[in-house]
Amino acid sequence: MGCISPQPTLDNQSFLEETVSVESNRLKAIDPNYKEFVPPEMVRRMGRIIKMGVATAKTSLADAGCQIPDAIITGTGLGCIEDTEKFLGNMIKNNEEFLTPTAFIQSTHNTVSAQIALLTKCHGYNFTYVHRGFSFESAILDSILQIENDRASTILLGAVDELTSNSFQIQSRLGYWNRKPTESLDLFEKPQNGTIAGEGAAFFLLDEKKNPNTYAVLQDVEMLFRPGSASEVAAQIRLFLERNELTEGDIDLLLLGRNGDIRFDPIYQEVTAELFPDVPSCGFKHLCGEYMTASSFGVWLASRILKEQTVPAVLRVTVQPKSLNNILLYNHYQGINHSFILLSQP
Amino acid sequence: MSKRIYITGIGIISSIGNNVPEVLSSLKDCKSGIGEITLFPTLHKGLLPMAEVKLSHNQLTALAEKERAEHYTRTTLLGMVAAKEALRSAGIDHVNDRRTGLLSATTVGGMDRSEVFYQEFVQNPDKGRLRDIVNHDCGDSTERIATELGVRHLVSTISTACSSSANTIMFGADLIRFGKADRMIVGGTDSVTRFTLNGFNTLMILDKRGCHPFDEHRAGLTLGEAAAYLVLESEDIVEKEGKQPLAELTGYGNANDAYHQTASSLDGTGAFLAMSKALKMSNLKSSDIDYINVHGTGTENNDLSEGVALERIFDPVPLFSSTKSYTGHTLGAAGAVEAVIAILSIQNRMIFPNLLWSTPMKELKIKPVTEILTDQNIRHVLSNSFGFGGNNSTVILSKLT
Repeated sequence: MGCISPQPTLDNQSFLEETVSVESNRLKAIDPNYKEFVPPEMVRRMGRIIKMGVATAKTSLADAGCQIPDAIITGTGLGCIEDTEKFLGNMIKNNEEFLTPTAFIQSTHNTVSAQIALLTKCHGYNFTYVHRGFSFESAILDSILQIENDRASTILLGAVDELTSNSFQIQSRLGYWNRKPTESLDLFEKPQNGTIAGEGAAFFLLDEKKNPNTYAVLQDVEMLFRPGSASEVAAQIRLFLERNELTEGDIDLLLLGRNGDIRFDPIYQEVTAELFPDVPSCGFKHLCGEYMTASSFGVWLASRILKEQTVPAVLRVTVQPKSLNNILLYNHYQGINHSFILLSQP
Repeated sequence: MSKRIYITGIGIISSIGNNVPEVLSSLKDCKSGIGEITLFPTLHKGLLPMAEVKLSHNQLTALAEKERAEHYTRTTLLGMVAAKEALRSAGIDHVNDRRTGLLSATTVGGMDRSEVFYQEFVQNPDKGRLRDIVNHDCGDSTERIATELGVRHLVSTISTACSSSANTIMFGADLIRFGKADRMIVGGTDSVTRFTLNGFNTLMILDKRGCHPFDEHRAGLTLGEAAAYLVLESEDIVEKEGKQPLAELTGYGNANDAYHQTASSLDGTGAFLAMSKALKMSNLKSSDIDYINVHGTGTENNDLSEGVALERIFDPVPLFSSTKSYTGHTLGAAGAVEAVIAILSIQNRMIFPNLLWSTPMKELKIKPVTEILTDQNIRHVLSNSFGFGGNNSTVILSKLT
């Protein structure tokens, strides 16, 4: 795995023993020294989101000891928004004159997948999903289908989204972010109309075979578009668990995508109360912030928890789980894109 | 697991017609949709041609049977028109009587409105009407189309540059094949914008005369706008409901050229791999392909790379043409637009030509079909869609057997 987030997560060694908290409504991902991952002549011109993607992709390949995966499947909500803004801004300011192609080329949504293919010389299946809170989930679904049906043995699966000043400003005006900034680690203690903005990249090398380094089994994913009520979500989770031959009692830990926004958080409590009243649960967006592919941070977290068999204290889990075999991640983006992801101990 | 995937409905709106019958009529009349830029003010007006849907935002809103035009992007409206036609064509009244999903492709998303927003926003970050930016992301058009159609099951968006909608066909077929859905509405929508026009112009790959693919004197592509959708259904539904499908999707392949961000490799590696995978899946020999709807953008690089790949796979190369000389390059919609045209070819026993072609390329032995061919028994059509980032996709559409 490879994960760049607002927390020190890229080394695959420490596990949230030290965490970053900011008194702000914006969490910025920690940039590594990209020269370690990207050829020097490319570092300066390459967009930050592409560098985040390449660095985490390369880290996961190295972590797994894989040279070239059979396929690369990624998700991104807004794609290469910095380069999009740059080209659009220049076009308007200069009235369509004196434009150069770099920002336009890099603005294409599949640039991250493409650059990874280029740098790893991977000629295989290459897909990019770009659908709000379903971007990463669609990539998971595709990956699982490719592996289960013997189209691929190894897949580099990932998600990436970047936060820019302009997108932050626009989303502030849309009322997405907290008006009264609080300590990010206390996000859930002081709910408001809004949350904290985040960003990050997470890549995972999926292998059809388990080995001693395997973190977790990515069992299944389900997406639910505009469900009518919490009970509809609960009913779908039941079906989802049934399909995986599990019951609510088999879930050891519930990772919830709640973000402290009083407009969107109640459904997490309602679903939990209906299905999982006694299951240990915790949120994770106080660590990574809210963005369209934040569930990829959740999957990274779940995978580490399953491997280390410990829940970091910073997650402030409701009760310590007795065992850690199955983790269910339930996330939704703005009440529209609901998703369930099931991970198990290998 | 459904073994066979059928196409039971198609819908399209493009510069050569607002629906399937109009598009077919233009194809038969060899009438191109490429012309002068009229939709937005730009420095390039009169200098670069474009293939526009000749409907204003309000007219398009009316055609999509919507009101309050200011709440929709052009990409969304185009998509709604074509997706609704596809459902009607498949004879589907209630999408939720089966597990029906929507996979839509787009490369520009709501950029046509974002450009308006940015005019004011670049001067003052507190300015610009928010309703012009909320639809910016690629998922927006898909969700609005899904809501309009009543689709609740699987909803997602793919963006792999100019191969995007070919990839919706593949993933949609996989979802049916592997039991995740019974029926998928797949395709794509992209409107023309100043952003894409200027972007491609900085790459110096826009042909001032209008594209003439696979011609020695080709000078680039011509941008177009369109939306096209296909309804894919499982063998089970088709049998149970006694439906008469339009065609069968017999193969598809996706590969990456891994050569350069915007250029294709000289030996056409990605194209070769995508076509080979599709042929393998369909269990067809290269000689079974009767017609190839090439990607054929008209850029120097694409046509050479694709031509080399064709000559590597086929001997002899079957009849082929690029219908981008009719529709322009419709980016994220192109794969679905050309899949619809492939089906029209099969149904009407016709091969629609490369317009404006005059001189064979000196590096290749092959040349495209340049006059309409009728009474052709077209059993299998191979359709290519290649994009920036080396994303290469091929689909094979077959006559029913």
